[in-house]
Amino acid sequence: MATAVAPRPATAHPSPPGSGRSRTMFTYFVALLLVGLMLAPIAYIIVGGFRSNSEITVDPAGLPTTWHWENYADVLTSPVFWRQVLNSTFTAIATTVFVVILGLMAAYGLSRYAFRGRGAIFAVFTAGLMFPMTVAITPLYILVRDLGLANSLFGVIVPQIAFGLPITIIILVPFLAAIPNELQEAASIDGCSRLGFFWRMVLPLSIPGVITVGILAFISSWNSYILPLFLLNDEATFTLPLGTQAFASRYAVDTARVLAFTSLSMIPALVFFSVFERRIVGGLTGAVKG
Amino acid sequence: MTTVRDASPVTTTSAPGTSDSGEGLPPSPGFLVAEGRRGRGIGWGARLELGLLIGPALIVFVAFVIYPVIMAAYYGFFSWKGFGPPTKFVGLRNYVTILTDPDFHEALTHNAFIVVMSLLIQGPIAIGLALLLNRKLRFRSLLRVLIFVPFVISEVVVGIGWSLMLQTDGALNGLLNKVGLGALGSEWLSNPSIAIWTLMIIITWKYIGFAVILFLAGLQGVPTELSEAASIDGASYWQVQRYIVLPLLGPTIRIWAFLSIIGSLQLFDLVWIIWGQYISSTAGTSTMATYMVSNGRNAGSYGYGSAVAVVMFFISFFVAILYQRFVLRRDTAGAITQGGS
Repeated sequence: MATAVAPRPATAHPSPPGSGRSRTMFTYFVALLLVGLMLAPIAYIIVGGFRSNSEITVDPAGLPTTWHWENYADVLTSPVFWRQVLNSTFTAIATTVFVVILGLMAAYGLSRYAFRGRGAIFAVFTAGLMFPMTVAITPLYILVRDLGLANSLFGVIVPQIAFGLPITIIILVPFLAAIPNELQEAASIDGCSRLGFFWRMVLPLSIPGVITVGILAFISSWNSYILPLFLLNDEATFTLPLGTQAFASRYAVDTARVLAFTSLSMIPALVFFSVFERRIVGGLTGAVKG
Repeated sequence: MTTVRDASPVTTTSAPGTSDSGEGLPPSPGFLVAEGRRGRGIGWGARLELGLLIGPALIVFVAFVIYPVIMAAYYGFFSWKGFGPPTKFVGLRNYVTILTDPDFHEALTHNAFIVVMSLLIQGPIAIGLALLLNRKLRFRSLLRVLIFVPFVISEVVVGIGWSLMLQTDGALNGLLNKVGLGALGSEWLSNPSIAIWTLMIIITWKYIGFAVILFLAGLQGVPTELSEAASIDGASYWQVQRYIVLPLLGPTIRIWAFLSIIGSLQLFDLVWIIWGQYISSTAGTSTMATYMVSNGRNAGSYGYGSAVAVVMFFISFFVAILYQRFVLRRDTAGAITQGGS
């Protein structure tokens, strides 16, 4: 691999100028700075939850002198927190399942059938990227309310499915189109219908794409703010973002407990992300590389 | 045959990447469908299957995305409290009010500022970081994960954490006092000449990971042979980045910029969570979306709120079209919709 002509051993990417040592030092310095800047606010939230309010008032930027677990214990034993976790989980799972099922079906139709209007339908879905929820939120609220779904998690789930479909279909269509025709020919020779092919071949083969779109749908539902803000007024239906905000304004003086609540509410998204990190990055890579 | 005929007129639609000749949509394997003898139309069985496959998604999408957007345009012509059918038709009065309201002008200015500053701040930093993280580096994959973390955390968590940190007696001013730089302490959130810059810092922190990941993905598509060849020919590291890597990263940068612009025009969550509806206008961080919610739903004026949404939509749409015409056009194939392997 290394060429004899090159003055120094060829690496995959040419190195920046400067002597080896100081260059490496510089790179790691930048990297360290970056990590510090990225994590400091998160560390502030998590560590702050272990302090007492008087400590925070006296020295807002310090470390805990004694670690107070009771802030976290209080939150973890409160039924309100768990109800919100449950609401968020239910909403996110329902949204994800239906986005994936509907998106996969539509993507299959769009990628493996030749019919008039196929391009038009695909364009309608991609145009959906142009309509962020913010623009549609007022009439969406009216629509959901008139359907009798205000203050119900279903009122949040259904619009989230609709707004999740464009990116799902855009990612899945090329995925399904890439499944070789020979496979389908072979299947049809063996007496497999198109729908049978969908169940037996397409579904298993599209699992990687499905996981990517599923994660995107789950995380965006978990973090969703404006839709629950408009639709959910009853505290029993609050999802975590709304609940966290309500908690923060109700117990504004109890900073430590607010910080504990806030850090606990970000854990599920963080865990989910770290488990599937490769998939998310990989999925975006696929979507961009073309 | 049918596909070819259908694809062309359709893809002039505004979505990024579907620009010319249906490149956004991969050709479907034609043989799959038993096409009629006359070469048009497909069998009833296949039609039924298609209806079952695409129908549900299309119905949900049209009912909860397209229909509300159309209704916003309709409600925008009424003065309406949101109950019963709208009856008090006011023509264009809502629009006149919006376009002459100094508060809206202010919000629009803030949006414009956020659009421009997001591009100017996040773009160069993210490109630099992507180049850095693309090199052989210990803990590289860990670094990539860490930089993405703020993007995954919800806006509510980010908003609450940062606003507690940036309060007058919060952690940042406390830290500055501790290291003897107390004089630099400031009213980060409420001073109107600083607040929007504070917002820019928070936006950068929250969303830069997304830009970096996109650019890293784009860098995977830059063949290493090119930079190797150039460096053998005596090009320095910086020359290679400037004249080979950056131009090849162009399409990714342009797609990112598009997403960033649209996101900045629609910005709502962070401002609403940190500044709330009243403070955002006095602190100088209001956006079109916060204006819409304060003056629409929260004021009980659903007609007016809908009209603001329509104005926002047209501004975004106009920007998107211009961007597509003059910037994205250069990319023969739309990067986003190309997708897949």
